[in-house]
Amino acid sequence: MASKLPPYATTGERIWFYTFRVICALVFFYLIFPILIIIPLSFNAQNFFTFTPEMLRLDPAGYSLKHYKDFLGANGDYSWMQAFTNSLIIAPLATLIAVSLGTLAAIGLTQPHVPYRKQITALLISPMIVPLIITSAGMFFFYSRPFGFSELGLQGTFAGVILAHAALGIPFVIITVTATLSSFDTSLTRAAANMGANPVTTFFRVQMPLILPGVISGGLFAFITSFDEVVVVLLVGSAGQKTLPWQMFIGLREQISPTILAVATILVVISIALLTTVELLRRRSERLRGMSPG
Amino acid sequence: MPEIPTGYDMSDATLDGPVLSADGKPLKQSLNNALRKQKLRALVLIAPLLIFVLVSFVAPIGSMLMRSVQNTAGVEYVPDLLPNVVVAIQDWDPSTRETPPEAVYRAMAIDMATAFENKNHTQLGRRFNYEVPGISSLFRSAGRPVSRWDIATDGPFKEKFLDLNDGWGDVEYWAAIKANSGYYTSSYFLAAFDAQRGIDGITMKEPDQRIYQKLMVRTLGLSLLITFCTLALGYPVAWLLADLPLRTSNLLLILVLLPFWTSLLVRTSAWKILLQDQGVINDFWIALGFTERMTLINNQLGVVIAMTHILLPFMILPLYSVMKTIPPSYLRAAKSLGASNWTAFWRVYFPQTTAGIGAGALLVFILAVGYFITPELVGGADGTFISNRIYFQFAVSGNWGLAAALGTLMLLVVLILYFVYDKLVGVDNVKLG
Repeated sequence: MASKLPPYATTGERIWFYTFRVICALVFFYLIFPILIIIPLSFNAQNFFTFTPEMLRLDPAGYSLKHYKDFLGANGDYSWMQAFTNSLIIAPLATLIAVSLGTLAAIGLTQPHVPYRKQITALLISPMIVPLIITSAGMFFFYSRPFGFSELGLQGTFAGVILAHAALGIPFVIITVTATLSSFDTSLTRAAANMGANPVTTFFRVQMPLILPGVISGGLFAFITSFDEVVVVLLVGSAGQKTLPWQMFIGLREQISPTILAVATILVVISIALLTTVELLRRRSERLRGMSPG
Repeated sequence: MPEIPTGYDMSDATLDGPVLSADGKPLKQSLNNALRKQKLRALVLIAPLLIFVLVSFVAPIGSMLMRSVQNTAGVEYVPDLLPNVVVAIQDWDPSTRETPPEAVYRAMAIDMATAFENKNHTQLGRRFNYEVPGISSLFRSAGRPVSRWDIATDGPFKEKFLDLNDGWGDVEYWAAIKANSGYYTSSYFLAAFDAQRGIDGITMKEPDQRIYQKLMVRTLGLSLLITFCTLALGYPVAWLLADLPLRTSNLLLILVLLPFWTSLLVRTSAWKILLQDQGVINDFWIALGFTERMTLINNQLGVVIAMTHILLPFMILPLYSVMKTIPPSYLRAAKSLGASNWTAFWRVYFPQTTAGIGAGALLVFILAVGYFITPELVGGADGTFISNRIYFQFAVSGNWGLAAALGTLMLLVVLILYFVYDKLVGVDNVKLG
């Protein structure tokens, strides 16, 4: 496979070249189509989950913002807004815990001499690997009544859900920050120390600005992990902590309301914004790395 | 030739003993000190997170492992609720198929009265009902009458219990109580393996009742199929991305990363909406001239379509990062040496991508085995995974012990795969985006 077809290619090669491109195009279509299709569907004026004849004729009467208004509570039902508010409380706090502890640990893990580095890394990454249903069942048991059957009382509270989500976000922070640190030039911290900066100043004035793109990317991963998470909220949370995904999950399982289309579209827009930020950060840090010698 | 400073004069050191550092300590010792200080500093940085993960993640999982063997009714251990029964019943042998002696019934009368007072008797009934269905009503209905009996004068209690309900004369019920009279029990794991403990010891359940074996096989089978589908679809795409000029491939990579960043629920609901009988795909199908709508959802087909879509980026990204490092000149060299297109691919290119295939396939398989949300929403009755059963036992039946035992088995499978992944790929080589 070559990116360009050479002029001497045989007919068979030409056919294969275009077949291959078509296969890839179909896979890309499969990847992106389900996500994009819900955006026009969310402007449906009817309570249908498919395109109405009016919509296909591009008749403006077929489109409306009805489902978005319902999301905002126009029909007197504020449960979506309540869920959205809860999500906006839980996700940033979980991210804050994951990023602050995770960045420190990532700096520790990239020091030259760390005992049991491999084992510690494997342990810190494991929340990403262990099935969520197991994690959340365990958290339910532990946060309500740990081993000895005395009440801990974290189950069904915001604190419990935030702690659980922070644990789930940690692997992403560790992965992105250690990746950034692996290309960090350690002679810079030595140079700072040489010129009289104490470790705290060195960290905030020299190291932090350089690894910041990695830290922000890790934070965005942790944020989206918490923002999208359902299973932990279902088991560790209670009705008081219902988040946007919780509301969507319940809605999808019982009677599916078209408001979900509007919510899904909003979430897709948020994903696009986050993806763009992470991509811009990645390019910026690649550019910076390209400029520094070595 | 640079001048050696006098403090480090080699000839001096070899004559007078160990090499000294500037502050007069032996060099070896101060190197060791520095190394120890470095290790300590690294550990101090890691410690807060390590403690956090141990408390908020590892301890809960340990707590779940404990639950799978703890013999509890509600929040108390069974032997603490039936202190007299568990002692008295030890002398009774269920294999004689005779009802327990009067002493056991008397002990039950004492313990039942206490349990009723503390409102625990229904919890006990529910606990034993997991072993033998039907026993919970015995406990529920016996609580109040038994609490009115006078232990000193009202004997013998065997007849009195049998008067309440014939069930109290059922040897199978008493055998279940005897088998689960300790602080720890293996009965949840037996249930998770579709086995049961009867009067004559441990037997397998009837073949048509072995639901967990069936579910395990289905979970692993569908996960394998999904892994294969992601590989079949992901391999050509990753190859194309690795082959195109960086500017184009970065643009196309966005089509892979956007689904990766989009909420799992959004993607699952998109498929639910697309695949339903009155959905966009079926409408398109009818518009093409077909008369019958396809059943695409609430079956295994729906799960495979949706999960392949959701997990595809996890296959493409590791494949792409491996393929990017393979110089295109290798393929050209193979062809110029006379290899056909297929031979060049199969003997030269493919072997170099096996590391990426291994990494992607293991990651997709590990994630697929634990999936809950997608099978729950699009799986219907025959497309559910073991996770869905765990959730059902946990949240609907309230049989936490069985949920924990099933969870422990699943955790074991995942940890073995994670170990293999670590050996093969290394957890510190996981890349995101």
